[in-house]
Amino acid sequence: MNFALFFLKRLLRLLATLFLISTIVFFVIRVIPGDPALVIAGIDASPGEIEAIRATLGTDKPLAAQYFSWMGSLLRFDLGESLMTRQPVMKLILQRLPLTLSLAFLGIIIGMLIAVPLGVLSAVKRWSFWDYFGMAFSQAGIAIPSFWLGIILLLIFAVRIPIFPLFGSGTLAHLILPALSLGFARAAVILRITRAAMVEELGKEYIITARAKGLTEKLVKYKHALKNAMIPVITISGIQFGYMLGGAIIIEQVFSLPGLGRLFLTGIYQRDFTLIQGGVVFVAAVFSFINFLVDILYSLLNPRITLE
Amino acid sequence: MTKRTVRQNRLYIAAVLYLLILGAAAVAAPWISPHNPVEQDLEARLQPPGKGHLLGTDNFGRDNFSRIIYGSRSALLVGIISVSIAVSVGMVIGLWAGLVRGMTESTLMLIMDSILSFPTILLAITVVSFLGYGLTQVMIALGIIYSPVFARLVRAETLSIKTEEYVEAARALGTPWLTIIFRHIIPNLLGKVVVQCSITFALSVVAEASLSYLGLGTQPPTPSWGLLLKDARNYLIQAPWLAVYPGIILAFTVLAFNILGDTLSERINPRLSRNR
Repeated sequence: MNFALFFLKRLLRLLATLFLISTIVFFVIRVIPGDPALVIAGIDASPGEIEAIRATLGTDKPLAAQYFSWMGSLLRFDLGESLMTRQPVMKLILQRLPLTLSLAFLGIIIGMLIAVPLGVLSAVKRWSFWDYFGMAFSQAGIAIPSFWLGIILLLIFAVRIPIFPLFGSGTLAHLILPALSLGFARAAVILRITRAAMVEELGKEYIITARAKGLTEKLVKYKHALKNAMIPVITISGIQFGYMLGGAIIIEQVFSLPGLGRLFLTGIYQRDFTLIQGGVVFVAAVFSFINFLVDILYSLLNPRITLE
Repeated sequence: MTKRTVRQNRLYIAAVLYLLILGAAAVAAPWISPHNPVEQDLEARLQPPGKGHLLGTDNFGRDNFSRIIYGSRSALLVGIISVSIAVSVGMVIGLWAGLVRGMTESTLMLIMDSILSFPTILLAITVVSFLGYGLTQVMIALGIIYSPVFARLVRAETLSIKTEEYVEAARALGTPWLTIIFRHIIPNLLGKVVVQCSITFALSVVAEASLSYLGLGTQPPTPSWGLLLKDARNYLIQAPWLAVYPGIILAFTVLAFNILGDTLSERINPRLSRNR
């Protein structure tokens, strides 16, 4: 299979996923017990008031009509209006997006900066102190929940040694601790992949050839092996970036950062159905798109993958 | 036995002991807790760890140690129920896909894969925001979200076991499929399923804590580790002990389940270990 065909197939899968998600979200919201209009109106609303709310929500129309108007507006990147603030959901999301994206980006950078050198060292010096240190680190990274790490980092670096702010947002200093808490758990995963990839590359035949050619050990390990080992590492880091968006919801809560996660949570607390609906579709779309990009990038870096 | 196996064994024993103690504490909570976990004592607010209150008290004067003990109930309950749901649903879907093949298989696996490709916590928050908050909803949500892992595993195992000679022999003898499933397929894939259970248990303990931290899981005044940490966040300066201890127990629980899973997995399939 050539690249163009692979790209097309992958693109079709992306579109199918997006279609599936928006359909599922639409129906789940409507199937769950409880009329949004009743929730918004409160218990002592008159039938007339409830009807009026239904009309503004569009829930008085037949289901099929609602579905097509929802899908139609999605095609125009319109996620409807927030029930609470009456502002377009898309606008609210785009306002909060930069913060969450920079948090996730900083987090993945920190994760890679910790994980890649340690993973390479673990693979090159197998069963050494560094390898055991790496193993312990990745166990800890997986066991320690990021939101608790965030609280502990605040305790140490904002309360005990006040070098970082305890509350607030807006500067880079406000992002360091949250990004560190997010990056730590991701580093554990990236570390394992780096080690495994490095070990695998070092066992391959071209490494033996390179050594037989008389290349220095340094050149063999850090130029030949590392270059190839980075392919899966970059792929995994890309997927981890998507996961960061999920993790950011909790971390933003811990550090009181006004990002996408906070917006989403506020929507849930206030039972703002259109905001939840739009938020889910948006995040799912971003996530699927990242996966799509990662797959394409991977097949470009490693042409053999498209053959499968 | 190599030095490394000995070390791994010690870790394994420590993990099992820890989990047994935790389980016993959860069951015996009413008898071993030094205080009532929800009883407020406003005169003993925010007391540091020491006499009377081993791990200090919170902003309502509630005993931190007793609340951590009771919190293990929510954590383990969510783990048990959500893993049970995930195993049951995953097993049925996995067996179905593995035995029926064709369109059914591709459709089921496409759905499973799309669930798998999303971050758990995001999915959990979404499902809980639809179902409503609370411990029951969290258990159902996590059960659904974790079932694809089991479905994939069971399907892959079923496909390979199905071609084994003893299954072919049983089929040639005219054994009904249901008998083959219960006598041959399920017993042979159980090992790997148990390993996955252990890992999934760890994940659901963290997920319960995370959702409760966000206010979507266990509802106050019922103690949960996530809720304890949520309260602790507001008293970091006055009462750091509230933030430290529940988190340590939470992290150790996750670690213990992961060690359990890793060790079992190496015993079932030694080739899969890190020993390369």
